[in-house]
Amino acid sequence: MIDLAEKAVEAALAAGARYADARVMVRKTESMAAQNGAVEGLTQREHAGIGVRALIGSSWGFFATADLTDAAAKSAGHTAAETAKASARVPGPPLELADIPVVTDHWESACEVDPLSVPLVEKADLLLECTNVGRLAGAQLAQASYQIWDTEKWFASSEGSRISQRIRECGAATAVTAIGDGETQRRSYPGIRGQYGTRGWELVRDADYVTNAQRCGEEAVALLSAPVCPETTTDLILGSEQMALQIHESVGHATELDRILGWEAAFAGTSWLDLSQMGSLRFGSELMNITADATIPGALGSFGYDDEGTPAHSVDIVRDGIWVGVLSGRDSAALAGIPCGGMVRADGHDRLPMVRMTNIGLLPGPHTLEQMIAETGDGIMMDTNRSWSIDDRRLNFQFGCEIAWEVKDGRRGRMLRNPTYTGISPTFWGAMDMVGNADELTVWGTPNCGKGQPLQIGHTGHPAVPCRFRGVRVGVRG
Amino acid sequence: MTGIDDLAGQTLDLAAGRAAEAVVRVTRRRQGLTRFATSFVHQNVGDEHTAVEVTVVVDGRVAGASSSVVDTPGLHRLVDQALAAAAVQPVDEGWPGAAPLEHLGDADRPSYDDETAAAGPADRVEVVRRFVAEAGGLEAAGYCETLAEEVVLVTTAGQHVRSAATRAVIDGIARDGGHDGVGSIESRSLRDLDGAACGRAAADSALASARDGGPADLAPGRYEVVLSPRCVAYMLDFLTVYGFNAKMVAEGQSFASLGEVQLDERLSFSDDALDGRTTGLRFDADGTPKRRVDFVVDGRVVGLAHDRRTARLVGGGAESTGHGIGSPAMGAIPTNTFLTGSSPQPVDDLIAGVERGLWVKDFWYTRVLNPKSLVVTGLTRNGVFLIEDGAVKGPVSNLRFTQSPVAAFGPGQVLGVGDDARLAPGGLHVSSHHTPSLRLAAWNFTGGAAG
Repeated sequence: MIDLAEKAVEAALAAGARYADARVMVRKTESMAAQNGAVEGLTQREHAGIGVRALIGSSWGFFATADLTDAAAKSAGHTAAETAKASARVPGPPLELADIPVVTDHWESACEVDPLSVPLVEKADLLLECTNVGRLAGAQLAQASYQIWDTEKWFASSEGSRISQRIRECGAATAVTAIGDGETQRRSYPGIRGQYGTRGWELVRDADYVTNAQRCGEEAVALLSAPVCPETTTDLILGSEQMALQIHESVGHATELDRILGWEAAFAGTSWLDLSQMGSLRFGSELMNITADATIPGALGSFGYDDEGTPAHSVDIVRDGIWVGVLSGRDSAALAGIPCGGMVRADGHDRLPMVRMTNIGLLPGPHTLEQMIAETGDGIMMDTNRSWSIDDRRLNFQFGCEIAWEVKDGRRGRMLRNPTYTGISPTFWGAMDMVGNADELTVWGTPNCGKGQPLQIGHTGHPAVPCRFRGVRVGVRG
Repeated sequence: MTGIDDLAGQTLDLAAGRAAEAVVRVTRRRQGLTRFATSFVHQNVGDEHTAVEVTVVVDGRVAGASSSVVDTPGLHRLVDQALAAAAVQPVDEGWPGAAPLEHLGDADRPSYDDETAAAGPADRVEVVRRFVAEAGGLEAAGYCETLAEEVVLVTTAGQHVRSAATRAVIDGIARDGGHDGVGSIESRSLRDLDGAACGRAAADSALASARDGGPADLAPGRYEVVLSPRCVAYMLDFLTVYGFNAKMVAEGQSFASLGEVQLDERLSFSDDALDGRTTGLRFDADGTPKRRVDFVVDGRVVGLAHDRRTARLVGGGAESTGHGIGSPAMGAIPTNTFLTGSSPQPVDDLIAGVERGLWVKDFWYTRVLNPKSLVVTGLTRNGVFLIEDGAVKGPVSNLRFTQSPVAAFGPGQVLGVGDDARLAPGGLHVSSHHTPSLRLAAWNFTGGAAG
C-alpha cells in the first residue's frame, strides 16, 4: 500500500505542490447494540481509500478517493494540488511546516485478544445479559453496545517518511433508563460513553458489565423518587468520569492551537486563551497539572505517529496551574513558533488531518476520594456525565450528571437527581483544592469527539481522578 | 442501468439465493468543502466514493455489513460476511420485513442540480471570495459546501428505488473585535449561494453588536424573546430526535402525546421531503418513499415519524412514514421539516410588539438535560440585542439558557410568527429545518457572561 501513497505524493509534487503527504487507510469496524433483551443491530464495515494533502504557497488542498489503484492514487494527488491552487485565490499569511524527523517505521498498538476475532455469540450474549439484568429493578429501558475499530494505515510524505501503523480499538457501554411521569433517569456503566481504549477485547472482559448493569437499574429507579439537586453554591466533588468530560471540554478543546489561531472560529469556536500569555497565565490552582500524552499504553488517544508522521510524545499543557502548552500540528506550530505537538489526526482516509486531542489528562494529586468526602462539611458529589454545553471560547460551561449525593459533615448522604453545575473555566479550575491520588486514576476513552467540516469523529483519552472544587454554582434548571 | 444500479443488482443476486430476505443500498457520493478562517481559505477538501450496504435475514436472524471495496471479490466478501454474522445472531423479533415494491410517485421535485454536482474547488472558493470581500474588512470565517449523492436501494421483496440529490451551503461569520454576525444560505443549487450577500449580512450584524462600545451585560432571568430562524431551527432538532420520533414515544421517553394540544395554536409542524425548498433523497433508509407528514396542526399533535420497525413495534395499523435513518437504536427522525405559523409578520413588527425583551440571532452548543421534559441548555451567539418599547436598544453580552422548547412553544406562548421562513441548521447537526422567526412570551436565561 505504501507504493500507492508514494505515487499520490509524486503526482501532487508534479502538479506543483511544494509539500505533499498521503495516507492509505483500511479500516474495519464492527458494532452491535442491544435493547431490552434483543439485538437491535449488528453492522460490520470496511472502509478503504487514500487521502492526499498538497501545499502550494500558503494554501492547502486535500482530495480522497476510495479507489485503490495506481491511476486513482495519481489522480488524487493531482486533484489535491489543483485544489490547493484554488485555495490560493483567497490566500493566507506565509506558511511553513515545523520540523519533524524523517522516519521509516512500523507501529502497532498492543492487543491481547483480537476484538474482531471474538465470537459474535459471546459479544451478543454479554449485551443481552446486561439488558436483561438492567431491568430487574423495574427500569423500563436497558441498552448495551460495543464498537470495534481495526485500522491499518500507510503514510508517505514528500520529505521521505514512510510509516505504517495498525491500531486496534474497542470498548463497550451499558445504560439503564427509568421512565417517570415527566422525566427520565439514566445510569450508565462504565460512563455515559462506556469505556474505550487502544486495547483488545480484554478491556471489555476485565470490566464487570453485568453486575454493574443491575446496579445501574437499581439506581435509575431510585433516582426517579430522589430529591432534586438544590440550586445553591456549594463545594463540589466530581467523580473521575465527570472529570474526564471536564478536562476534555474546558482544557482539551481550549488548548487546541487551531482554535486559538481562529481557524475553527465559525464552527467549533475559538478559545479564551491568548498565545502571548502562554507560560504565565494562571489556568487553575497549583494542584492542576495537565499533560497531552500520546504514549500511554492502551489509552484511546495513543498512537505511534500522528497523521503528519510526527512521533507520539507527551507535552505539558498546564503545570502547577500555569498554562504552558497547546495541542498543535506542523503548520499551526510553525505559525506559533513552537515545536510541533504531533496531535494531528483524521477520521478516515477521506478526511483532512486536523488538530485533535491525544490523551489529555490530569496528573494525580495527594488525596483520596474518602478524604475529600471526610473533609467536606456541606457539599455535593456528582458523577457520570449526562449533558454538556460550553461556549464558543471554552469559558462558560454548564454540565449535568446522572447522579449526585449530598455530602454532610464528612459523610455521603442521600441521592439527588438532575444535578447540574456551571462555571467559568479559570475560576472553576482555580477553586480545585483536592485532587485524587494515583490509586483513584482511570484512563477514560471518549470515542465521539466531534470537530471539523465535514464532521470528523475523534477518539481521545482522558486520565482523570476525583477532585474537589470550592464554591460552585449547582442545581441550574429550566 | 448505471454503475450503482449494477452494483445493487449484483449484490442482491449474491444474497438472494442464500438469505430469506435482503436489502441492498448503494451510495455514490461526491463532496467538496471549502473552509475559511481569519479571512483566508485554510482547508479545501474533496472526496468521492461508492459504498455498498447489505442487510440479510436468515431464519429470522438479521445482520448488516457495508464496504467501500466494491469490486466483485469485495462484493462476495461483503455478502459472505453479512451471512456469517446473521447465522449466529439471535432471532430479531422486531424485524419488519424488507420494503415491498412501492413507487416514488409522480412528484417531480428538482432535487438534483448537475452544475452543483460537477462543482469543483474553484467554484466554492469563488463563493468564499465574495463573502470575504463583502465582509467589509472584518475577519471572516465559515464554509462553502457542495454535495451530490445518488442512491439505489433494492430488496428481495421487490422494491427498487433510485434518487439523487445535491446540496450547496455557504455559512459564515464576520467578526469585529469578538463581536460576531452570521450569514448563510442553504439550497440544492450552488447558483443560489450569494456569498456577497451573506458576507454583508454577517458584517452588518457584527457591526451592530460592536456599536456603542459593544455589548452590555444583562442579568439572567426570564425574558420575552424574538428568536431568529437559526435559533428556532436549533430547537427543532430536539423536537424531531426526541419528540416526534415514534420510538421515543413508544418507550415513554417523549413529551409527544397524539391528539393533545402541546404547542401554541399558531404553530404547525410537518415534514415534506418533496417540497423544493428542502434538500435530500426521496426515500428513506428502508426504501420507503417519502411523503408529506403532519406532526402538529394548529398546536395539536396529529402524527409521529415512523420507519418500518417502529410501525411494526406499535402495531394498530401504523405504517412507515418514510423516516427511517438506518439506525434501529435511534428510531425514526424527520429530516425535511417545516415549522409554519399563522399570520406571519415582518420581523420588525415582531420586535415592535415587545415592551422589554431580547432579539436573539443564533444559538450555540445546545444539549438536552432530560429527553422527556426536553429541557435544553445552550448559549446565544452571533448577536443578542435588547428590545425596549418596541425598538432595538443595543447589543447584549451572550447568555446561557436552560429552557424546554416544548414549554416555550407551548399553548399561549407564541406571540408572533415572522414572515422570514428559511432553511437553517439544527442544533444537533442532524438536519436543517425550514422555519420563521418566533416571538415568544418567555425564555429562561440562566447565566450571563460571568457565569
